[in-house]
Amino acid sequence: MFFSQLGYYSLICGLIFSVILVPIAYKDLSIAKTSISSNIFIFTSLQLIFVFLSFICLVISFINSDFSNEIVYNNSHTTKPLFYKISGTWGNHEGSLLLCLLILVLFIFIFLITSKREPKKYQIFTLLFQEVIIIGFFLFLLITSNPFNHLFPAPKEGLGLNPILQDPILAIHPPILYLGYIGSSIILSSSIAAIIQNYVNSQWAKNLKNWVIISWFFLTIGIVLGSIWAYYELGWGGFWFWDPVENISLMPWLCLTALVHSVIVLEKRSMLATWTLILSISSFTLSMCGTFLVRSGILNSVHAFANDPKRGVFILIFLFLLIIISLFIFFVFYKEIKIEQKSFLFSKEISILINNWFMMYFLSVVLIGTVYPIFLEVIANEKISVGPPFYNKLLIPFLIPFLFFMSIGPSMKWIRHNIKLINVRLILLFLLSSFVSYLILIRTNLNTLFTTILLVVSIYLFFITVRDFFIKNQKNFSQKISHFGFSLLILSIVLNGIFSSEVITNIKIGEKYEFSNGSIYFENIKSSKKQNYMSFVGTFRIIENNNKEILLRPELRIFNQPITITSEADIKTNFIGDKFLVMNLVKGNEYYNIRYQTKPFMIWIWLSAILMGSGALTNFFKRR
Amino acid sequence: MYGKKVKLRVLFISLLLISVILSIFLILKSLEENVVYFLSPTEIRNLTEIENKKIRIGGMVKDNSIVIDSENISFVITDFKNEINVNYSGSVPNLFKEGKGVVAEGFLKDKSLLIAEKILAKHDENYMPPEVKEALEKK
Repeated sequence: MFFSQLGYYSLICGLIFSVILVPIAYKDLSIAKTSISSNIFIFTSLQLIFVFLSFICLVISFINSDFSNEIVYNNSHTTKPLFYKISGTWGNHEGSLLLCLLILVLFIFIFLITSKREPKKYQIFTLLFQEVIIIGFFLFLLITSNPFNHLFPAPKEGLGLNPILQDPILAIHPPILYLGYIGSSIILSSSIAAIIQNYVNSQWAKNLKNWVIISWFFLTIGIVLGSIWAYYELGWGGFWFWDPVENISLMPWLCLTALVHSVIVLEKRSMLATWTLILSISSFTLSMCGTFLVRSGILNSVHAFANDPKRGVFILIFLFLLIIISLFIFFVFYKEIKIEQKSFLFSKEISILINNWFMMYFLSVVLIGTVYPIFLEVIANEKISVGPPFYNKLLIPFLIPFLFFMSIGPSMKWIRHNIKLINVRLILLFLLSSFVSYLILIRTNLNTLFTTILLVVSIYLFFITVRDFFIKNQKNFSQKISHFGFSLLILSIVLNGIFSSEVITNIKIGEKYEFSNGSIYFENIKSSKKQNYMSFVGTFRIIENNNKEILLRPELRIFNQPITITSEADIKTNFIGDKFLVMNLVKGNEYYNIRYQTKPFMIWIWLSAILMGSGALTNFFKRR
Repeated sequence: MYGKKVKLRVLFISLLLISVILSIFLILKSLEENVVYFLSPTEIRNLTEIENKKIRIGGMVKDNSIVIDSENISFVITDFKNEINVNYSGSVPNLFKEGKGVVAEGFLKDKSLLIAEKILAKHDENYMPPEVKEALEKK
């Protein structure tokens, strides 16, 4: 009760300080001092403190199960474990927006502290544009989705959090993903500032690069966490499903990946300035579009919280305003720096450009596949869906040249690289990778030309990235780790695709099911009562052709608040692969629907993706 | 007539344009082939011919219609006007229940039978496919 009130008023205080900050910052533009005035720091800190206070109040309301607060009532329950009470704070629309706002004000604060060496006007314009976004979020929160709405009389018990969201990984997935999404706001703001100040140069690129790396890192980790969660909690039994909601997080990721590369060219060679700006503006726009599509309920998914058309309209208007302002500033103020730079076909900058083209192609495929069904529904009222075959068909063929370019590009020199047509070592590596793929493919009955080439190229890339660690210069250590992580990721995905197998059947207790190279025996099922759900654990004895017996115990959970059934897959993980068993109740019937999957190298997919993301961070450590 | 530089630039831009047009063409072409249309049981009833194309049917699982044995699950999808039988062997999601919304993807055998390859039910307890919602509201 008290904390809700406090939270609401500190949110309003935060808004007041942000509004005051705008004229103060504007006035400071005409003052001839070289550093920005201390008032700006004070107000930015106040803004941060009050938003933080407001967020803490909401967390406390959740911990205390204060059901006089509407969103606590809608999303919490007294029997819920403490950890999930806290994570329930951002497990809903209002709370997650407040978290976004907190990240926005935190990032501009960090920006002001760390960019003291940058030109003053550039800092102020970044702040001003960031404030526009911040005030937009404030208004959105207070007008359409106030997290401190009051309920009177206060209900005795809450409605509970969706049980599939009660999971440790999902508790941290949203904050990390938001750090990635919202982190790109600084990229947008500072690009706009750089355009106005005519500061689009290598010095700026150096500053921007840090922010790009930070958002890219968080976005990568956020996507991986979401993917791990979908693997074991939704029982999808894979790592990527081309679900529209996944695609939406992939689009800004592809854009940021392109940006991470192009910003280096701008830093080292003062080239691709315009292109870098376009990417900077697009990455935040894509993040916001994603928020719009998910939050407005246009895409039906786990992420669509209670839908309110007003919210969709608000985000849409806000989004259009941001895009129009950005484009206006881009076209009116932007003066391209004309530096004659010589580049040859075989050079690092050209190979990075090729990387960017591929990224843009991948991005447009994902964009069209995700957005086209929505347009068709609006225009022709036809309902369609675009599934994995579409993406597989369009992406995998282009992956082959992409991987090939990736194996030769990074070792090229800037400006001009003298390419030796006959490099014995590379040819030997290529032969070795062909031989290894032959050894792998001979164990399967898959021998299409396509898979073979894909496997050869990904093993080749893997060898090349391993070799790169043994090259003496330690200059690009973070790049080496990230590229190694990526090659391991692709290799694990390809091997996973080749060797996965699954068995689906309906089975009764005490029955034995025989499949081509083994059998599944359903021993028993045990029920027990847990804190906020009933648990049913089945025991399955699985024998495969190598005669090794494994026991798997998948679980069904029946939650009472709200009444929901979830199934927890049982997964035996080791370094070679996962054994995955999930069971479902079909009807009040003795038959259980089970799916048994062998998924090789699953753990490598997660580990390599995390390694790829973390590689970027070593960039920050080595400087100290 | 023109310098080498201009020629190179023209070549570069035309290459870029060609590749952009090609890739857009490619995307749209395969979009056409891989799109799965979404229909309601009533729309199936009104079809004039049955194409051998993958479709999705959405509606509610009819009460007391699920029949299960060790191989198959069969049930009836209804939009409260028309119905269609579905035969399926595969894994089912948790929220696949009688009286709940469901989407089945597969091939039509005839106007009253769908051989499904995939079943989707939404994760939300209160979910109802939009078509069904519309149909119910019209009543």
